[in-house]
Amino acid sequence: MNYNWNWHIFWEPVAAGEGVYWEWLVSGLGWTVATSLLAWVMALALGAVVGVVRTTPVKWAARLGGAYVELFRNIPLLVQMFLWFFVLPEFLPQAVDRWLKQDLPNPEFVTAVVALGFFTSARVAEQVRAGINSLPRGQRMAAQALGLTLPQAYRHVLLPMALRIIIPPLTSEFMNIFKNSSVALTIGLLELTAQARAMNEYTFQGFETFTAATVLYVIVAFTVNRLMAWIEDRSRVPGYIAGGGH
Amino acid sequence: MYDFDFDVIQRSLPYLWKGLQYTATLTLVAMVGGIVIGTLLAMARLSSIKILYWPASIYVNLLRSTPLILVIFWFYFLVPLIAQWITNSPTPVSIGADRSAFITFTIFEAAYYCEIIRAGIQSIPRGQVAAGYALGLTYGQSMRHVILPQAFRNMTPVLLTQTIILFQDTSLVYVLSVTDLLGAASKVAQRDSRLVEMYSFAAVCYFAVSYTLSLTVKRLQKRFAP
Repeated sequence: MNYNWNWHIFWEPVAAGEGVYWEWLVSGLGWTVATSLLAWVMALALGAVVGVVRTTPVKWAARLGGAYVELFRNIPLLVQMFLWFFVLPEFLPQAVDRWLKQDLPNPEFVTAVVALGFFTSARVAEQVRAGINSLPRGQRMAAQALGLTLPQAYRHVLLPMALRIIIPPLTSEFMNIFKNSSVALTIGLLELTAQARAMNEYTFQGFETFTAATVLYVIVAFTVNRLMAWIEDRSRVPGYIAGGGH
Repeated sequence: MYDFDFDVIQRSLPYLWKGLQYTATLTLVAMVGGIVIGTLLAMARLSSIKILYWPASIYVNLLRSTPLILVIFWFYFLVPLIAQWITNSPTPVSIGADRSAFITFTIFEAAYYCEIIRAGIQSIPRGQVAAGYALGLTYGQSMRHVILPQAFRNMTPVLLTQTIILFQDTSLVYVLSVTDLLGAASKVAQRDSRLVEMYSFAAVCYFAVSYTLSLTVKRLQKRFAP
């Protein structure tokens, strides 16, 4: 293979514009992290609500929650991004549409967060539901026998256990959201993968560029993994198999 | 209110159908290839031979922490160079985005299938392996006749769920301008300035296929559940 290695490329000035190439990647990483974190907060909040609703005895609400999950789970994320970005604005009142297209700052970023947030919320909802359903039925009954209302039972008995149980699957979802944020390049967000692609197109140093981007993603994944392991460790319930025993 | 034009969808149906065929082919090839390579990787990851264990583990973990789009770019860049090296050609061998996608998805999905298959193999009681050896079977024979048949039976729903994800992920070949289902819809959308119709219709198609498949998986799960 005759390939011209040049690891100094990151310190070379950008062909068109100012700065050096590593700044592109760092700026991309910044957008990747910002998009993912905001979307994650949104996904946790929405997912927790939808997941809880699916386990309540209110039949119509549970069914509605089910429809929500199926809708966001069965359409590819890329197509969902396009729906939010190109399709939805056309069906809004003209004033809103105009505001979206003209006055909304950084529409790519906002759309990416919303799309990624809804997409991931369906997955979080499934985990929350599975977590609550994995609790012994006696816990719900005991809570009600003690005279707790349904919201109280969730607040004080079911959710504190269920949310701890689902930390490992939530860790995967949290790691996934960083990877999935790369899909936002299709609507023009200059996140890490987009910047790597641009840098490759400018420099033809594919090996160096993609290696750097891959390393950055691996570092992010590793950080998230350790953070969640720390949370899992701190939130353990004494007396459970994974809880260190007492 | 938006003036939804159903006619543009009808006119482009044959073109979209071709796109869907590409999507289906890519899904099937990547599934079969991914499961075959994934099985080999899983056996390597469960092996006590370090020279098999380490490369397979690094490979799987690396691919699983990298976004698919970045992997698509990686292979689009790498495959011509590797092909040049294999064929001793003086210049990089262009193989086209269509074929590059097949290689990328097979190799990428193998990492995900690997972890499912590894969990499946590990769910088989240890005694089964011992029993196989006690009967005088070799490693390969006990894998082929004892472990894998049971493991695959347990794993079928999870493997199919992964395949639904794979089916949805194939839409990402859009970044290489390949004419898959979404690529076809997008090309018509740009040409006729009918983004709303084409993207909505593509969403409906993806939803219909994924949802039907997921119902099938649920039915299978019930049948396999003890």
